[in-house]
Amino acid sequence: MRALSRSDMPGTGRSVGPFRFPRLRTVEAWLLLLPSVVLFATFTHVPFVRTFIDAFWSTPKGRRPSQFVGFDNWTDLVHDPIFWKALVNNAFYALGTIPVSVGLALLMALWVNGRIPGRGLLRMAYFTPTVLPMIAVADIWLFFYTPDYGLFDQIRELFGLAATNRLGDPSSALIAVMVVAVWKEAGFFMIFYLAALQQIPPDLRDAAAIEGASRFGFFRRVTWPLLMPVTLFVLVNAVINAFRTVDHIFMMTGGGPDNATNLLLFRLYELGFKFWDQGQASALTVVLIAVLSGLALLQFLLAGRGVHYR
Amino acid sequence: MNRRLAPLASAIETVLAWVLGLAWLAPLLYAVWTAVHPPAFATRFDLGAPLTLDNFHRAWEAAPFARYFLNTVVIVALIVVSQIVLGTLAAFALARFTFRGRDLVFAVILLQLMIAPEILAVANYRTMKALGAVDTIWGIVLPYLTSAFGIFLLRQTFRTVPQDLEDAARIEGCGTLGVLWRVYVPAARPVHLAYGLVQASWHWNNFLWPLIITNSVENRPLTVGLSVFASVDQGIDWSVITAATLMTSAPLLLAFLVFQRRFVQSFMSAGLR
Repeated sequence: MRALSRSDMPGTGRSVGPFRFPRLRTVEAWLLLLPSVVLFATFTHVPFVRTFIDAFWSTPKGRRPSQFVGFDNWTDLVHDPIFWKALVNNAFYALGTIPVSVGLALLMALWVNGRIPGRGLLRMAYFTPTVLPMIAVADIWLFFYTPDYGLFDQIRELFGLAATNRLGDPSSALIAVMVVAVWKEAGFFMIFYLAALQQIPPDLRDAAAIEGASRFGFFRRVTWPLLMPVTLFVLVNAVINAFRTVDHIFMMTGGGPDNATNLLLFRLYELGFKFWDQGQASALTVVLIAVLSGLALLQFLLAGRGVHYR
Repeated sequence: MNRRLAPLASAIETVLAWVLGLAWLAPLLYAVWTAVHPPAFATRFDLGAPLTLDNFHRAWEAAPFARYFLNTVVIVALIVVSQIVLGTLAAFALARFTFRGRDLVFAVILLQLMIAPEILAVANYRTMKALGAVDTIWGIVLPYLTSAFGIFLLRQTFRTVPQDLEDAARIEGCGTLGVLWRVYVPAARPVHLAYGLVQASWHWNNFLWPLIITNSVENRPLTVGLSVFASVDQGIDWSVITAATLMTSAPLLLAFLVFQRRFVQSFMSAGLR
């Protein structure tokens, strides 16, 4: 066998070692990829395709196998008031939690990056909720919100105010679980802003100070534009989280009262694993995937112009 | 800003930052207070209240937490090790091999960033049923054994390794796996560590998929065990529930307090690179 020299390998464009055959390289590459590709196919891509198919087939029950039912699952879903309720709730939840947690995250990062007394302790306070399991967080807040005994009502009592049942009242329950999500997430997003702030060269600030720029002017003209890529990254994460984190709903309200805190993924769980309605659950999964991809696309199109990558 | 107003503004800022900090700590401190005092003092602030670990003891006795801990440790270990090993292999192929369809494979893998296994729970449940993996540890870990995010991160890292290092190792007689082990794995050590920490905390906390796929004490992780414990077993004995809650979070919380700097840096680097 003749050893190949680099010039014998067409189209590779990069050196691949002196004693290698291109076809062998290809086989090796696929062997390296094999375990991951098999797992992805089995648990992401095949189920992804299968969900689209299942949405047009009935749920198998006992001896009755699944049949093609056209758009039946979809008409059922569209006529299900709880689906609409969950959709509206989830939109409200996303619109409420995302700006607040991202805004707070930025504020926290600016504070912790500056020369504030007790900076280390403060950073720890902001970040700690991130490390806790959402289930534990929900437990703690459930206690916090308890009528009469919880800290909220204890504080209200000091001012002579009556006890409240935030989680039991349909008008306040959704807000109450949104507060928990903000508390849990803001510190997580802070970390990404903090990392980006630390990469802004100090010379920029000195130069701005010489030119007499105010702190706010510096933030608006220099810091904020430089933070755009991080903001985009954080927003994408925040949107995904708003549709995929429902652990606290299980713990705190179970979707109630009267579906006031039912969100899309929680509804999906109810349809799929409480009522075992595979057809409708698949249709709802398709909706959820469509919502997520639509939002991701929109963000990249909208933000793509304003982002300055380093 | 006016020079004379500047100190005032920064004082206000400090106060605001700390008010927010206290708001962020309050729920946790309240839970700690309740957990380390007798139930009579659960919601009464009295500096003279006696300290006790009895609540932790009662929680530990009331539910099979030892089993839950073991399950969670096994699950987290399997997932983190597998994601790092399989991710390293796949990322190496995508970063340093040229073959037809490479970019397509990478794009298709990245789809998993958005379509998380929880969202495909209904279809995945059927797969697990067909595999006989419902209510097993394998049922919990299988969908998470490899991750698009990990492959993405490691591919970025491998691309920064100088090609000359690989060529030198090849001339010395290293095969493909030898090159990976001697040249690329050492270069990726910080990324492996950062990614491992982030994934360990993520999977320690994971709830929805384990809830769906398990229904027995033998296979439940801590999060699912805690939710069952708090909703069914205990009525409203908050002292015991908060003790159990803190207990399940304690390992991560302690690890975080000890390795705080490392932890924060890990989250930063695993997210941004």
